[in-house]
Order: sequence, then structure tokens, then C-alpha cells
Amino acid sequence: MDVLYFAWVRERIGLPKERIETSATTVSDLVAELRAREERYDAAFADLTALRVAVDQELTDFDAPLAGAREVAFFPPMTGG
Amino acid sequence: MPVSVQDAPFDYGAECERFASGRADMGAVVTFAGIVRGDGDLARMEIEHYPGMTEKALGEIAEKARRRWSLGDVLVIHRYGMLTPGERIMMVATAAPHRRNAFEAADFLMDYLKSRAPFWKKEHMADRGEAWVAAKDEDEDALSRW
Repeated sequence: MDVLYFAWVRERIGLPKERIETSATTVSDLVAELRAREERYDAAFADLTALRVAVDQELTDFDAPLAGAREVAFFPPMTGG
Repeated sequence: MPVSVQDAPFDYGAECERFASGRADMGAVVTFAGIVRGDGDLARMEIEHYPGMTEKALGEIAEKARRRWSLGDVLVIHRYGMLTPGERIMMVATAAPHRRNAFEAADFLMDYLKSRAPFWKKEHMADRGEAWVAAKDEDEDALSRW
């Protein structure tokens, strides 16, 4: 699946998007997998209360299932308007 | 549902004129413009967004407003990219038979797109420092009004 990062999450991880082969069944599982990869991921995901997640472009929460998901995005709380 | 996410500036006067024209059935039009406020030594405001999700989220918010306040029409324009103080970031317009619905719907649209549309603002200061704008609790709390 494609994993996207925005704003300071993108800067901390160092890339806007990557393709990941994963067997994670929930967003939390995917986060755990990413954190185990490298320090920069671990740092970016250290405080999940500071993050929001969208699965296939719909806002959801970290318990959300990933079955059939094509795109997961992580970003800070939005500041539009 | 007219929603536009664009890097180019928009002509606020022309958009308002077009939106308010030819509406014998709508007695009220409300328009709102958001402007980059030049706080402190802000040199530029950068706006990042999530292409695809942004259009979808704005469309859903606009559709929700249209149904809830029986609007005749809604318009949302939101820019992204590098803006300078004084530039218009975004606008919303609502058309309804009576003014209260038009005002409330515009207020609702602003509250929702501040916290539920995937935009992120970064401030670039004149001394070259930069910082992401943190979301405000009051903006999130504002959603509970609706």
C-alpha cells in the first residue's frame, strides 16, 4: 500500500510517500511496524495524540482496520481556513 | 458542488459577483474571505494539502451544509502554496432563501474546513525561521457547536 506523510511528519521522516509491503491488519500495527524500522520513524510516531490518520482519504482512528486499504496517510491536526 | 483547490490567486470580487447573480429564488448570499494575517515578522505563509483528499473532504463538508441549511448553492475556494500577508487564502459563499441559513452555513463551513480539511500552514519569518502552525483547541471545540 502507499503510505503518505504530510507537514512535519513528512519532514521528520524525510519523504512524502512510500510503497510498503505489510501484513499489518490495523493502523496501529502499521505504526508499530514503521517505528521498528528506524529512529526517524520512531520519533515521528512517538506521540500519537499529535497525529491524525486517513485510510483511503477518509479520516479515521488508529484502531481502524487496513483490510483492502490502498492508501494510508499520517499528518498533524489540520490547520485550514 | 463547486469546490476549488488551487495554487493560483482567485478574483474575490468576480467570484462574489458571479455567485450573487441571477438568484431570484435565493434572498440571501453570504461571502467570507480568509486573508493571510501579517503577525509579527511573518514574511510568507506556506500551505500544504493532501491532493485528492482535500477536494473530497471539502465536497463532503459543502454537501453537508447544503442539505442541513437548504442552500441553493455553495462555493468553497482554498489556495495552497506560498502566500504573502494580505493575500486571500480562501473564500466560502452560501446562498439561501433567508439570511440566517446563509450566515450559519458559512460559519459551519469555516469551522469544519479549519479542522477537517487536510491543509497545513507553515509560517516563514523574515529572519528565515519557519514553523508549522499548531492546531488550536478552540478550533476543534468549535465543531461541537454543530
